[in-house]
Amino acid sequence: MNEIEARLSSSPASLAEQLPPFSDSQALHEAARCLYCYDAPCTHACPTHIDVATFIRRIATGDPLGAAKTILEANILGHSCARVCPVEELCVGACVLHAEGKPIAIGRLQRFATDHLYARGVSLFRPGPPSGRRVAVVGAGPAGLSCAAELAKLGHAVTVFEKRELAGGLSTYGIIGLREPVAVALAEVEMIRRLGVAIVTGRSLGEDLALEELRRDFEAVFLAIGLGGMPRLGIPGEDSVVDGLSWIERSKLDPASLRVGKEVVVIGAGNTAIDAATVAVRLGAERVTIVYRRSRREMPAYDHEYGFARLEGIDFRFLTQPVRVLVDNGTVRGLACVRMRLGRADASGRARPEPVPGSEFVLPCDQVIAAIGQNKVGWLERLGIATENGFVRVDEEWRTSLPGVWAGGDCIRARGAASTVMAVEDGKRAARAIHRALCATSAAAE
Amino acid sequence: MADLTTRFGGITAPNPFWLASAPPTNSARQVHRAFEAGWGGAVWKTIGAPVLNVANRYGAWHWNGQKMLAINNVELISDRPLDVNLREIAEVKRTWPDRAVIVSAMVESTREAWHDIVARIEDTGADGIELNYGCPHGMSERGMGSAVGQVPEYCERITAWVMERASIPVIVKLTPNVTDIRWPARAAVRAGANGLSLINTINSIVGVDLDTLRLVPDIGGKGGHGGYAGPAVKPIALHLLSAVASDPEVRGAVPISGMGGIASWRDAAEFLLLGATSVQVCTSVMHWGFRIVEDLVDGLSRWMDEKGFATLDEVVGRALPQLAAFEDFDLSFRTVARIDPERCIRCDLCWVACNDTAHQCIDLVDASGQVVQPRSWDEGSNGKRQATEGRPQPRVREADCVGCRLCYNVCPVEDCIRMVEVDSGRPAVTWAELVRERPEVGRDWQAMERYRRDVGIDIH
Ligand SMILES: Cc1cc2nc3c(=O)[nH]c(=O)nc-3n(C[C@H](O)[C@H](O)[C@H](O)COP(=O)(O)OP(=O)(O)OC[C@H]3O[C@@H](n4cnc5c(N)ncnc54)[C@H](O)[C@@H]3O)c2cc1C
Ligand SMILES: Cc1cc2nc3c(=O)[nH]c(=O)nc-3n(C[C@H](O)[C@H](O)[C@H](O)COP(=O)(O)O)c2cc1C
Ligand code: SF4
Ligand code: SF4
Ligand code: SF4
Repeated sequence: MNEIEARLSSSPASLAEQLPPFSDSQALHEAARCLYCYDAPCTHACPTHIDVATFIRRIATGDPLGAAKTILEANILGHSCARVCPVEELCVGACVLHAEGKPIAIGRLQRFATDHLYARGVSLFRPGPPSGRRVAVVGAGPAGLSCAAELAKLGHAVTVFEKRELAGGLSTYGIIGLREPVAVALAEVEMIRRLGVAIVTGRSLGEDLALEELRRDFEAVFLAIGLGGMPRLGIPGEDSVVDGLSWIERSKLDPASLRVGKEVVVIGAGNTAIDAATVAVRLGAERVTIVYRRSRREMPAYDHEYGFARLEGIDFRFLTQPVRVLVDNGTVRGLACVRMRLGRADASGRARPEPVPGSEFVLPCDQVIAAIGQNKVGWLERLGIATENGFVRVDEEWRTSLPGVWAGGDCIRARGAASTVMAVEDGKRAARAIHRALCATSAAAE
Repeated sequence: MADLTTRFGGITAPNPFWLASAPPTNSARQVHRAFEAGWGGAVWKTIGAPVLNVANRYGAWHWNGQKMLAINNVELISDRPLDVNLREIAEVKRTWPDRAVIVSAMVESTREAWHDIVARIEDTGADGIELNYGCPHGMSERGMGSAVGQVPEYCERITAWVMERASIPVIVKLTPNVTDIRWPARAAVRAGANGLSLINTINSIVGVDLDTLRLVPDIGGKGGHGGYAGPAVKPIALHLLSAVASDPEVRGAVPISGMGGIASWRDAAEFLLLGATSVQVCTSVMHWGFRIVEDLVDGLSRWMDEKGFATLDEVVGRALPQLAAFEDFDLSFRTVARIDPERCIRCDLCWVACNDTAHQCIDLVDASGQVVQPRSWDEGSNGKRQATEGRPQPRVREADCVGCRLCYNVCPVEDCIRMVEVDSGRPAVTWAELVRERPEVGRDWQAMERYRRDVGIDIH
């Protein structure tokens, strides 16, 4: 057992994957309900356009490996996506059986098929015939891995450079184990290694890895560095605030190191805030409160996430803005906040919250966790890559402003909800674009 | 409340629902419980020749997560001692004077053996005898069961032997494993049978296990054909029933007890409408137990009330007059499929069925009324909104629709596709009439083309 496995094995049951797998007969019955629609809307709704009807039928006919093949052909990280996709907004949300109020549990069936595959360690794909072309991928998150796998299938030699110790991006470090255990993400990484992709960890673009070097040594570069760490809150007492992203990260990779408060306040209202709060509840906090400066309506978390949080016993204080962390001798005593009211719509179209004068009050607590999003990647400008609002600007072929450099995943997602499956689709389609470009240059050379 | 009293030849019962001769009627204990549950009659598991049974005995046809659409068995007749069966039959009849207790029998094909078994059955006080000419396995190899039912002469001879001796009503149970079931049916009637019952089980091999490569059921490394029954056989049973019930030599001569795949009152009502005076049930009882009789009795009487039928006589055979040969169908009768867009869930199953396998007359139409091809959405679009809001609606091009009714059959939504009758603009004419008037139309394609042009039939 290596060190990581040892740390993972100490993970408490309260943080383990929440949904049980389908049994064979549950899967069979659910699969049998699927109508096997033609040009099915679930497939259209899936960003990677998995042929859902076909994979479900293959489960129904008793061929779960075949089902897994159908899934992974469209979405190489289907094992993760089965667990983390906001399916109500995607495939399940489009299922025709919504008309009867009972859509097919597509994510659960997808998991049934990919679990079956991974439990058997079967390799479904082979690297394509060698093209002699070399591509560098920066960032081993869903976008980078998906791009690398697709390029490998097309015969290109791919090296992935990853800053962290482990590959997988937020699937490994960011999505709580209740939804996706680390082992799931790492199994996918292994599968992609088996496709002949070299994954070099501990190399960071802009630090010990130069873009020029990559452009020199490789014929194409794909940037998939995701977003950065958490921005600063900018309030007094900030140093005593726990960073939500690293809080979640430790809950996945080093749960023994976490110290949870009795009364925890979480700042922010996106999925990360809910995830951070969930971890606190699961680790035994007596009271967990999420404070958000806008109202429930503006909250970026999906309805099903909000519902889940309420079931976990998490309280919400809307229209509440933190102004100061009260720290006493290094110990957190509370969070001073002001009440807000909604004013006119801002640039994002959401009502702008304004403080109510004289409304300051203190939320007593002994731990404050902040989860207010991730830093953008405007710093890439320094490398000569054009950005827009902090996101990498790409064209319809995923090309950045620098020749020979493509980008995808969260670092380009200026609009719409960032998600694993969108990153996978970016990676896949960018790989095809890169392939087209490489083929065009070889044709020109002949 | 409709009166379900059943008079089957000389046999009466409080309702037409009888247990078929099979494992549910193996013993007095079972039949007692069945009668307590409300069954109107029971045909005792076939008694007669000495036998030994095997394991595994039953295979089954499961489909798409649905268990036991049909069962397949290699069971023989009763393997309990004859005198135990006879004693129990007598006891059951004493306890339940109002129910129909019928004894199924099968013995060696000799006059003495049949005379003997008839006498012993009559001693029990049973209301009738059913001659099992149907068992398709094991017994047939010994010259009994379907070996008799498949040869009209044997059928007639043995029935005649039984009739020489019997004083209670005799029903002949027919096998479906024949090319034309009317022949053995007529033979039985000629020999004086008082009633017919059908169908017994259909010859079948139910499957091969793909892990072990063994036949299902696996009988110690061997397998063989067995008798097929249960919901999947119902359409075959309905056809054979209607063929017998509408035969001039049978119709009106004897009553028929129908069976094969009955699971609900709906199935039963269809058997009655096609000429069965009583119905029998086996597989569905083996699946769910005696309690299903409640649905059978209540459902049937509620339906009869709704339809205004006071007695079974008003129902039995009521659908038979429609039976006609193909050559008597009106060639000018025309229907087209019409989709109700309000109900349609846009699964596009009708589209693929029609376009791949029927007559390519369903279009997908987008919001602006433009015809579009499937999967014409943009690769880059996704999410429930884009996937559902722009999804085109299937619409039938009625001028091209031939009324084949495939889309109607595949549509998963109740009442979403209707087949509507439309005026073809042609006078009614049957094939028989047509070829009487223009015999060349049936012989020569050019004549056929001319005829089509004359009357305006366009087939693309
Ligand atoms: C807490 C949390 C929960 C989430 N939950 C869900 C969910 O349930 N469902 C869902 O669909 N999505 C979820 N998401 C979003 C999802 O994780 C992301 O959209 C997805 O991971 C984006 O993939 P990516 O490859 O673009 O970026 P990332 O996953 O962020 O991967 C980027 C990779 O690049 C590496 N990297 C960064 N900078 C450098 C550099 N300079 N040099 C080399 N490597 C670098 C990083 O270490 C990382 O491995 C969640 C996100 C968070 C933060
Ligand atoms: C396991 C089994 C055993 C049967 N044994 C007999 C039998 O001994 N005698 C007989 O006449 N029919 C026998 N049958 C046939 C049934 O009586 C009946 O004709 C047939 O099953 C069709 O009805 P169903 O579809 O309701 O099962 C048997 C059927 C099954 C499934
Ligand atoms: S990848 Fe996600 S959106 Fe696509 S089908 Fe699977 S669960 Fe649904
Ligand atoms: S829309 Fe629903 S029923 Fe149709 S194929 Fe997809 S999952 Fe199956
Ligand atoms: S089969 Fe029925 S529900 Fe499905 S698209 Fe056709 S009409 Fe609509």
